[in-house]
Amino acid sequence: MIITKTSLYSSLLKDCIIQSFLKLTPAHQIRNPVMFCVYIGSLMTSALFIQAMLGQGETGARFIFSIAFWLWFTLIFANFAEAMAEARGKAQAASLRKARRETVAKRLGNVDRNEKYTLVKSAELRVGNLVLIEKDDYIPCDGEVVEGIASVNESAITGESAPVIRECGGDRSAVTGGTRVISDWIIVKITANPGETFLDHMISLVEGAKRQKTPNEIALNILLAMLTLIFLLVCTTLLPYSMYSVHAMGSGQIVTVTVLVALFVCLAPTTIGGLISAIGIAGMDRMIQRNVVALSGKAIEAAGDVNVLLLDKTGTITLGNRQATEFVPIGDITVNDLADAAQLSSLADETAEGRSIVILAKEKYGIRGRDIEALDAKFVPFSAQTRMSGVRLKNKEIFKGAPDAIEDYIREKGGQIPSFVQEFVDRIARQGATPLLITEGTKILGVIRLKDIVKGGIRERFAELRRMGIKTLMITGDNPLTAAAIAAEAGVDDFLAEATPEDKLNLIRNLQAEGRLVAMAGDGTNDAPALAQADVAVAMNTGTQIAKEAGNMVDLDSNPTKLIEIVEIGKQLLMTRGTITTFSIANDLAKYFAIIPAAFSDTYPALNRLNIMGLATPQSAILSAIIFNALIIICLIPLALFGVKYRHVTALKLLRTNILLYGMGGIIVPFLGIKLVDLILQEIGWV
Amino acid sequence: MSGNEILQLVIYLAVLFCLVKPLGSYIATIYEGRSNFMVRVLGPLERWTYKICHIRSEQEMNWKEYAISMLLFNLMGFIAVYLIQRLQGILPLNPQHFPAVNPDLAFNTATSFIANTNWQAYGGENTLSYFTQMAALTVQNFLSAATGISILMALIRGIRRCETTALGNFWVDIVRGILYLFLPLSILLSLLLVSQGVIQNFKPYQSVSLIQAEQYQDPQLDETGQQMKDAKGDLIFRTKTLIEQQIPMGPAASQVAIKQLGTNGGGFFNVNSAHPFENPTPLSNFFEMLAILLMPAALCYTYGVMVRKNRQGWAILVTMSIILIPLICTTFIAEKQTNPAIEKIAQDIILPDGGNMEGKETRFGILNSSIWATATTATGNGSVNAMLDSFLPVGGLIPLWLMDLAEVIFGGVGSGLYQMIIFILITVFVSGLMVGRTPEYMGKKIEAFEMKMAAVAIFVMPLTVLLCTAIAVLSSAGLSALANPGAHGFSEILYAFSSMTNNNGSAFAGLNSNISFYTTLGGFAILIGRYWIAIAILAIAGSLAGKKTIPASSGTLPTDSITFGFVLIGVILIMGALIFFPAFALGPIVEQFMLAGHL
Repeated sequence: MIITKTSLYSSLLKDCIIQSFLKLTPAHQIRNPVMFCVYIGSLMTSALFIQAMLGQGETGARFIFSIAFWLWFTLIFANFAEAMAEARGKAQAASLRKARRETVAKRLGNVDRNEKYTLVKSAELRVGNLVLIEKDDYIPCDGEVVEGIASVNESAITGESAPVIRECGGDRSAVTGGTRVISDWIIVKITANPGETFLDHMISLVEGAKRQKTPNEIALNILLAMLTLIFLLVCTTLLPYSMYSVHAMGSGQIVTVTVLVALFVCLAPTTIGGLISAIGIAGMDRMIQRNVVALSGKAIEAAGDVNVLLLDKTGTITLGNRQATEFVPIGDITVNDLADAAQLSSLADETAEGRSIVILAKEKYGIRGRDIEALDAKFVPFSAQTRMSGVRLKNKEIFKGAPDAIEDYIREKGGQIPSFVQEFVDRIARQGATPLLITEGTKILGVIRLKDIVKGGIRERFAELRRMGIKTLMITGDNPLTAAAIAAEAGVDDFLAEATPEDKLNLIRNLQAEGRLVAMAGDGTNDAPALAQADVAVAMNTGTQIAKEAGNMVDLDSNPTKLIEIVEIGKQLLMTRGTITTFSIANDLAKYFAIIPAAFSDTYPALNRLNIMGLATPQSAILSAIIFNALIIICLIPLALFGVKYRHVTALKLLRTNILLYGMGGIIVPFLGIKLVDLILQEIGWV
Repeated sequence: MSGNEILQLVIYLAVLFCLVKPLGSYIATIYEGRSNFMVRVLGPLERWTYKICHIRSEQEMNWKEYAISMLLFNLMGFIAVYLIQRLQGILPLNPQHFPAVNPDLAFNTATSFIANTNWQAYGGENTLSYFTQMAALTVQNFLSAATGISILMALIRGIRRCETTALGNFWVDIVRGILYLFLPLSILLSLLLVSQGVIQNFKPYQSVSLIQAEQYQDPQLDETGQQMKDAKGDLIFRTKTLIEQQIPMGPAASQVAIKQLGTNGGGFFNVNSAHPFENPTPLSNFFEMLAILLMPAALCYTYGVMVRKNRQGWAILVTMSIILIPLICTTFIAEKQTNPAIEKIAQDIILPDGGNMEGKETRFGILNSSIWATATTATGNGSVNAMLDSFLPVGGLIPLWLMDLAEVIFGGVGSGLYQMIIFILITVFVSGLMVGRTPEYMGKKIEAFEMKMAAVAIFVMPLTVLLCTAIAVLSSAGLSALANPGAHGFSEILYAFSSMTNNNGSAFAGLNSNISFYTTLGGFAILIGRYWIAIAILAIAGSLAGKKTIPASSGTLPTDSITFGFVLIGVILIMGALIFFPAFALGPIVEQFMLAGHL
């Protein structure tokens, strides 16, 4: 294992080094204004070196060579950083490409498993085709399950080896091409033509082929371009100033172009200029590491700015399924009778709630499972019309359902509802639980208390978010009473109860009108309008195709809590840019103290007073500054790739820490670094 | 610093800061169109002005209309000042019968006065008539100051308003600024100055007999104006006896008041406020020093009031003061030293213990000369009460550096604060990134367009200063005007272009700037430094006005915090230092080292 890892690293490294040289073309360099200026400088000093070799140099050939050499390496180091950032994406793309294999699909004419299928190549499939996928088959293309249920291994995309269930109907119906069915069978309706699948999209994203500069990156580039221009001006005008000084003092040499180029490269923000594209790519990559595919870099940046998180209650704040926690008998019914009836009504109920009722009856009241066939009972599943489920036995009917549904049922049958039932129902709702009524015929037996289980640790996460200045808003279809109780328990700032898709959309629009940036996660088709409206919209990979298309990120793990991590990654991206920019500019101070006395001390010996680092000779001083400037890029590659650590504190505290670390550090470090390089140069006797 | 000197400085600053709040809130009422005492008294005059000028005062402008109005208005000012100078010979109020000003100088002076720079390549008392001083220059002192505040007001409205294009009406801003702010304050200050002996008259220059006749050697000239030489090639001198002196007169007080209040700085007389008729007593000096910083300081408070966040205004004022006050002390301490060159040659002479008094007035002393020199260059004022050329290198470096910080430490009226806001935007951008948020200021997102315009505004100043200096040191015309060779000469040229481009107007002296090379090149430097930046500011104002205001949260970086203030100071000082360090190293810095004997 270790060996393979090492060999992987060495091949990766080799590839990156090759890339660093290949990227030295003008066409590549011109995309980055700062580094392009360094590029011109490298060409100029190289030309000066050739001139010096021919015996007409402005100064010693060895010195010009050293400067030119290190200027080229400044560029190569920057290229290397970019190549490193891209390498991880490329490796991922390669493994994804393996998943995009050519397979043979079993095409069907109708949704009928027993029909005879025709074998076709996956590349020939088109949107709307139906295919049968059985155990051990690869899913040929993106699609939606129209019949059957199967466990699917999606590790090719998510890297997660535990299989997931895909079934028709509901929000778990989408399947992705390249994944594999490992048990049972499904019939899938194809929703994307070959070449346009999610996998294809992802490959082009991780390869960075589609990478465009993000708005904030553009703004930063403007600032960097301005600084570069200013320093270009500062260095160019130094030539006439030097001519004047030499003429006025009648001593010394006019400053050489080599020295001016060296000064310019030292002053220009090459550190951030060299790392800026690596930072962007690495940000995208960090999302991918967490199994989130951002469909645009803009979305990642927007994530850092989010002020409001809209979170679905179910699955995000609470565990996915509600669980029965208590049977509350009404009137003369004993709790055991109620438990017995509840269990009977739920025996064949495969929903999570139904199962939790059976479990509660068994664990707390010792009622063992019975065979529904043996009882000659007929299960009545939940339907949208009746909004209840239950069993029909020979002599009785037992139903459970939401209070209003059961009340309607009893009234229909001509029964009476005792007035105190409502009290029980309200009491349970106020505790943040959902009441289910159980009735036998027209007689209400009692209430089942279904409890939402708030996820562990979620309260702390929300407190952190609040410190970051992000408001959390819970969205639920529950009634306001229940919603309020859960909201209080989970510690969210606000909630929207009885939410319809329109409510969600309007909520987002209102928040945006107030100037807030909204992030939300969603999976269902009915989430799509809200996802399309939100600034950061994370669609669950298990979700429907429409939801995925409406969002600007896809979470392959389908974990809505990940919104919080996405926000952090967005912030980290901006912070990394900001800190390296500050560091880069703060570095200039020391470089002045190295180069200015070196460049002008033979005209004005008094300027040697500025050589506070005590650098050995003028040439050594200039070279040390240039070498330091190149090496710092290499040193900061890990920071660029992994990002500055984000802590959950207020903006002000964060600024204070980062200014101390990167601002003050940026002033002090180069003084030490340049001195060290100077000492080494003396030791090896280079200058 | 002695106790007495500390006391003087403290009193000066205390009086200044006490006036900030009342004046600042008064200015806010003027530009928010609210009523105040002056508005009730002079309101009819304001409405009458709109009526005869056909100004539709209710109609607001977008940034382009505002910018065009501002540029046209200033162009008219330029034409008027230029023509009055050129026609001076035939215009009234010219008792000394000065001829028309030459075209180069007239161009330079016109640009200089419309742009609130007041760089003077001429000596007032031997070039300009009373009419030119009053109708051309004093008028522009008012108009250019009002223009500066108007641009600031447009920017403030851009920050305050949201999702609109309206930035106010330029003509209304100009009229209200002159009528309610500058006129009353100038009248008050000129009366105070007259009470101290500043002159205000139309008399011809007075001839007075000297108490003691003065003899001097004058080189003899031939018919062509060449200096005559004897057979050995030495110059021939003639001894002359002086028994009479010409004392210039004129309406000085009215111009001195607005020159100080409007951060204009153009003196009535050549030696500016060192002249006894412009600044006769320590008390008049106090009033004038107060007036230098008064308006820029009060505008910080106005800003806070108008954006509905008083703390923001105070934060800016404190930030500026944190830079200014140590620099005042540094200048003072530097000037308190005896010139090492004099010390070396005059060891046996008993030196006065007063430090470097060369070029300073005894009635003001070193402290008040140092405060003035620092304040006048921190603001865009540029008037002087001592000769900067005679300051020691460090004493001269500080005024030079303050100008090259882009005039943001107080700065010109309006212009200082609006350029400071550019630096705030840059700081917000960098520190916003550092806390992981798209940068925002006052709830407005700072995006690519704002950065582009901020870059333009910041870049243009060093471009002009460094490039013009480079041209000057390479050309024989540029070098011919130098009085001092070497590093000091370099400082003089750098100072001249820094002063003109930053619209300061103070002169280092020692440089004969009245040659067409400097008047023409300098004129363009003045125009670029003023209007290029102003247009960029208005563009930012327009863009900010169109944005939504984002509500603040704990994730928002508070721009009125101490931490932010220090980051802002860091950005201003580092930017200023990084851009000008090499040039300073070849000028005042090396000069200081050489003077201190570290050869």
